[in-house]
Amino acid sequence: MKTLTTLGPLSDIPLGEGRTYAVGDDMIAIFRLRDGSLRAVSAVCPHKGGPLADGQIDNSVVVCPLHLFSWDLSTGCSQSGQPPINVYPVRVDDGQIVLGE
Amino acid sequence: MTQKLVVIGNGMAGARTVEEILARNGDYSVTMFGDEPYGNYNRIMLSNLLAGVETEEGIFLNDLGWYRDNGITLNAGVKIERIDAEAKVVHDSNGVATPYDKLIIATGSYSWTPPMKNVHNPKRGYHQGVFAFRTLDDTRGMIRYARDHERAVVIGGGLLGLEAARGLQNHVSQVTLLHAMGHLMDRQLDPKAGQMLQASVEGKLGIRVITNAMTTEILGKDRVTGVKLADGTVIDCDVVVIAAGIRPNTEMVANSGLPVERGIVVDDQMRVEGQTDIYSVGECAQHRGSLYGLVAPLWDQAKVLADHITGTTGVAYTGSKLHTKLKVAGIDVASMGLIAPEHDEDEVIVYNEPKKGIYKQLIIREDVLVGATLVGDNSKAASLIQHFDRGTALPEERSSLIFDIGGAVEESLDEMADDAQVCNCNGVSKGAICGVVAGGCGTVSGVMDKTRAGKGCGTCKPLVQRIVEWANGGAAEEDPAASWYVPGVPMPKPELMAAIRKYQLKSVSSVFDKLVPGGEHDAKSKMGLASLLKMMWADEYVDERDARFINDRVHANIQRDGTFSVVPQMKGGVTTPAQLRKIAEVAEKYGVPMVKLTGGQRIDLLGVPKEQLPAMWADLDMPSGYAYAKSFRTVKTCVGSDFCRFGVGDSTALGIAIEERFQGLEGPGKMKLAVTGCPRNCAEAYVKDLGVVAIDGGKWEIYVGGAAGAHIRKGDLLTTVDSAEEVIRLTGRFLQYYRENANWLERTYSFVPRVGIDRIREIVIDDVDGIAAALDAAVEEAVQAYKDPWKERAEPVTPGQFRTSLPLTVLPQVPVRS
Ligand SMILES: Cc1cc2nc3c(=O)[nH]c(=O)nc-3n(C[C@H](O)[C@H](O)[C@H](O)COP(=O)(O)OP(=O)(O)OC[C@H]3O[C@@H](n4cnc5c(N)ncnc54)[C@H](O)[C@@H]3O)c2cc1C
Ligand code: HEM
Ligand code: SF4
Ligand code: SF4
Ligand code: FES
Repeated sequence: MKTLTTLGPLSDIPLGEGRTYAVGDDMIAIFRLRDGSLRAVSAVCPHKGGPLADGQIDNSVVVCPLHLFSWDLSTGCSQSGQPPINVYPVRVDDGQIVLGE
Repeated sequence: MTQKLVVIGNGMAGARTVEEILARNGDYSVTMFGDEPYGNYNRIMLSNLLAGVETEEGIFLNDLGWYRDNGITLNAGVKIERIDAEAKVVHDSNGVATPYDKLIIATGSYSWTPPMKNVHNPKRGYHQGVFAFRTLDDTRGMIRYARDHERAVVIGGGLLGLEAARGLQNHVSQVTLLHAMGHLMDRQLDPKAGQMLQASVEGKLGIRVITNAMTTEILGKDRVTGVKLADGTVIDCDVVVIAAGIRPNTEMVANSGLPVERGIVVDDQMRVEGQTDIYSVGECAQHRGSLYGLVAPLWDQAKVLADHITGTTGVAYTGSKLHTKLKVAGIDVASMGLIAPEHDEDEVIVYNEPKKGIYKQLIIREDVLVGATLVGDNSKAASLIQHFDRGTALPEERSSLIFDIGGAVEESLDEMADDAQVCNCNGVSKGAICGVVAGGCGTVSGVMDKTRAGKGCGTCKPLVQRIVEWANGGAAEEDPAASWYVPGVPMPKPELMAAIRKYQLKSVSSVFDKLVPGGEHDAKSKMGLASLLKMMWADEYVDERDARFINDRVHANIQRDGTFSVVPQMKGGVTTPAQLRKIAEVAEKYGVPMVKLTGGQRIDLLGVPKEQLPAMWADLDMPSGYAYAKSFRTVKTCVGSDFCRFGVGDSTALGIAIEERFQGLEGPGKMKLAVTGCPRNCAEAYVKDLGVVAIDGGKWEIYVGGAAGAHIRKGDLLTTVDSAEEVIRLTGRFLQYYRENANWLERTYSFVPRVGIDRIREIVIDDVDGIAAALDAAVEEAVQAYKDPWKERAEPVTPGQFRTSLPLTVLPQVPVRS
């Protein structure tokens, strides 16, 4: 992803939770981990379309709220044989969430 | 410094040991040598491969990619020819010398060939048409050759020979099994049992069995045409499979000057005698004089060695007790320990029913099971194996050891088809569970994680546990995690609560930081911890919203499409025209797609988008019904003495009073209650977490631990009391006891039988522990802390609390810049 997209202030996402953003045609869930870092993944669960931003996270995985399958937030890999989710580069710049390299 | 670990033998023990070392993050660069040109496959499954019920891909445990991914150098198809223990190098068949810091020898066994004339062919090892049954190549060759031949002879009537004979039936029309001893499986079975087995193998399977058959010669010039026995009998055949036993692969090791008796001699740390850096595991190792030929002991050896080599001190392998349990196409056989009594005092219990082919023999010494043989019925094998392994005290009623007397007869797992669905929520079959166990995962929770079996409604958990035990040949591996309150904090509930109190931990993140070694947070443990902390600290609890499940963040139940359901409180299932009118108006205003009566006697508005929840609550202006939380839910009531002509108590009023008092009370699981006005039980109080039944004479019965969800159980009668006030007081006390002592997600239907109704009665009614007043006070405090969560609506508690997470409505659109 060569494009840089500013999604909004970091304060929009409570610590340890996720929120969904529409970026172009993609739905992206941004999570703010308790260690302070951000993760960005596709927002829609590949299992049955659950809203991943509503899932619970820790410093490595997100658990989909519908059937509790989980995915690694850094690699997008499923821990239980489901298809992977996309992961995107994301960072904080001057209090703003910035998506892209 | 990273040390060099070299492993000779890439079979089940070698590969498993390396897996165990990786799991302990051992700091080694690993090089493996395997004589066979493959990754690591499940040798046990060769029987299934031969029988045509498993494919080649299906039996691989670790493919070549696994070695690459884990940084292991695999030399497949390369044999080690000499170990130089002085110089710490191994020399392989390609003439390459590889140095090591630590060496593990796991060379397994080879198939032993009894002395017979003409069995070998100088050019090609075995005579054409003669096969061993040990490796994938053996099995492939056998299948290929058997395809265009018709008559097979199997030499050897032990476990392996029987499996080979059964498998060959899949390829040829005539199979004869020759056994040199007097009865089949003479190492595991007594003569009687062996004869029963033989009768079934012949009668049911159509395999011809000849015992006392000493094969002396393979007939045929360039290919097999028959075998000749010692008594001169000739049996015509065109395939011969030798399964007459195994011998450990130790020649190379002995030639290298290491100590070999029957096997490679090792100590309790699996270290080769007299060596500091050389170890041996698996069938080639001789430990305390014993060699093992089954996989279960190898797993134990692998663990001990992995612990030891990664620096855990004080670990020791002390030997394994062997048991076998198998099914030879329809015939169950299990055997453990002694096959015949040794002392006069040994208690022998025998049951024999020849017509059905059933034979059972137990040998008991000083009230401990020291041997058992079962043929034709393995329904009690798992529990016998447990008794045998653990040496637990046996029931006085010995017959209950060999029969299921009374009670539900559990379906025999042997009978259960592989594709039978076990977990109906997540669609997991028995075969899938067995596959994971065969792949080396032996704990119930591990299997549940890998397959998701038992992770839906949870009813199948006992069955999953039984299958894991069965597939493990008796007992599941000790699973310390099974006793933990949540998977991510290694403590059972009482210890966890003590630690939380000791360190005054009031938030979920502080529990992870303080009580988890390494401080790792765990998403799947947050909800359980949040519930526990809230129960323990009430008002003082530091509520981190991310610890809540989505339902608890937005006070509604998430639905399959990401919308939510709204269930207003309707105490005791009693409503009014005004309330109904208001609900109807709100439903119309918001275009609610579905309005439905719930099982808990209330009204559910389903399909509400998250962002509409606060406005809807404001319009409804009713308290939350808590139909989304692990909490006190509803009190169902019947109309009772006010209206019902049978009613003997005012169930409606009592139900409303109970709900009024305990509304929203959180706990380790849902709490669903009911009050019914007479024993006709119209409100189904017998099957509730707590059910109250009015009986004649102004009395009330209290039942606890009932359920009528996925699990059905009639509650146990806790006590009978004289007044509604007493019901309310005891309800609070029981619920508090449950809140404090049940495991996360343990509903009362498991909690009550686990603790025992008598014990619960002692505590809640008779107060023998003297904690009744404390329980009453604690529940009172929780009741006082109740706040209606639907009041939390004017301002979101967290930014974007009610923002949608799905493309249901327009999301905040952000411009895309290049
Ligand atoms: C058909 C069949 C069915 C079975 N069914 C069961 C069952 O139901 N239950 C049960 O518990 N057990 C069963 N077993 C037994 C089980 O498979 C063995 O106990 C187990 O495989 C032993 O593991 P191991 O690592 O010690 O030996 P192996 O798995 O034999 O591994 C040893 C490996 O070392 C290699 N090797 C040997 N020497 C060298 C060398 N010098 N250099 C390099 N490599 C070398 C060999 O090629 C081999 O790959 C069965 C066995 C067979 C053949
Ligand atoms: C995500 C899954 C589930 C959802 C969304 C759900 C939802 C509901 C709702 C909204 C009610 C009405 C509750 C009330 O009025 O208070 C209800 C009742 C009920 N649920 Fe569930 N439930 C789920 C899972 C389960 C499971 C797994 C079981 C069984 C183990 C179960 C058993 C019941 C029973 C027995 C009732 C009737 C309760 C009564 O009569 O009091 N539910 N469920
Ligand atoms: S409402 Fe209950 S029974 Fe119906 S589909 Fe959902 S979980 Fe199953
Ligand atoms: S339980 Fe008894 S009192 Fe209640 S409605 Fe039924 S018959 Fe009437
Ligand atoms: S939809 Fe995400 S786990 Fe089922």
